[in-house]
Amino acid sequence: MFKTYILGVILGIAGAISAVVFLPVVDQARENSVVKVAPNGGITESFHINIPIDRVASGSATTAIPEGLEWPEELASTRADIYKIRNVHDEVIGVGSRVTVQDEQQGNAIEWVLHFPARGSVYAAMQARQEDGSRTGVLRAGTREFSETLGRLTERYVQTEPEEGERRGRIELQSFLTRQRDES
Amino acid sequence: MKYLIALILGLLTGAALAAIGIVYNPVAKTPGLSPLAVSDQSLMQLNYSAVASSSIAYTNNGESAATPHPQRILQLWEEPIRRTDVMMTPLTTASGEFAGLGIKFMSDSEASRLIEGKALVDSNWYVVLPGQGTFFIEQSENYWGFLKEVVLPAHWSSADSWKGVWNGNVTDGPGALGTGRVHGGHGVFSGVNSEVVESLSAKAYSSRLGPVAMQGSLMIDVPVSSEITANR
Repeated sequence: MFKTYILGVILGIAGAISAVVFLPVVDQARENSVVKVAPNGGITESFHINIPIDRVASGSATTAIPEGLEWPEELASTRADIYKIRNVHDEVIGVGSRVTVQDEQQGNAIEWVLHFPARGSVYAAMQARQEDGSRTGVLRAGTREFSETLGRLTERYVQTEPEEGERRGRIELQSFLTRQRDES
Repeated sequence: MKYLIALILGLLTGAALAAIGIVYNPVAKTPGLSPLAVSDQSLMQLNYSAVASSSIAYTNNGESAATPHPQRILQLWEEPIRRTDVMMTPLTTASGEFAGLGIKFMSDSEASRLIEGKALVDSNWYVVLPGQGTFFIEQSENYWGFLKEVVLPAHWSSADSWKGVWNGNVTDGPGALGTGRVHGGHGVFSGVNSEVVESLSAKAYSSRLGPVAMQGSLMIDVPVSSEITANR
């Protein structure tokens, strides 16, 4: 019987270590990426945010969402929004932030960070000027899947029909990723 | 029957021994001195409270240890973002003065390997320093030491809490020396590429509420040529 017990101990150790080695500790859920090949090379991918249901938090000198959010008075010239990000199939695939800074010394800035847990993140700085209702920016950095890409991001706000007196809309984002960064 | 009971007891004992071996694995590397401690460049320190209720906004799936703040904030319950936390917090200088705003995205990493002592989190910071500019941080964080020395003791405690002093660097890459990367955005940080190390200093942790007294710190290697002078 003691030999059976020792055999059990050995099997228990081997089984537990095998489980830790071979079973993934973290397995992030993935939705298929829906990308299109652009005519002149590179790929485009579209995302959107439904307002207000995808707005996680919003803070500025005049906005505090959700109720109870306390915005520091030192950030009077900064507005930050945190959103859930959806793909073209309307499935939530990530989270992102859009920050607007009005700064007399350094100039104004509008910047996005899009974070996709299973893929990586992109950081884009937008131009202040809008053309045909949309604004374009350049990718300043990317991580993991996006770490060796260059490209741009376009944002557009589309107003939709108000419901129950509440303003509703949609922020449409389109990324255009072109080529690998030179390592040299 | 008695052989079956002996086998089951043996399996349980073996699994328990393996678990103890993994938790107290002497081969698992614990981060020591910050690689930036020997840097000859200026370091900029930005501090924040790692307690969810002290942040401007904190959200997760609503089932994690840290309670979302404010109470009515939208939670990240959809499957692709269930293992993600987002924090928006004020940042302070080393002397405790207001420095700016930080937004941190944290997702459990599929590169985690418990056998190697790697409980990894892929995280990004977006930082705004009013009057100076903005920058973005990419890093992989290893919470193994924090889990082993703070979270597990809190779970094992009859009071569901831990009190003491725990200090450690959590940044584990992607830089070769275990540093994170800083990508400059706007203002004086435009074009800056630098390194960062994030550390935590915990004094109290509750297995029901998450961190109760915990401070975080970002040590950023500031290139000498930049014009960054304030808040250092």
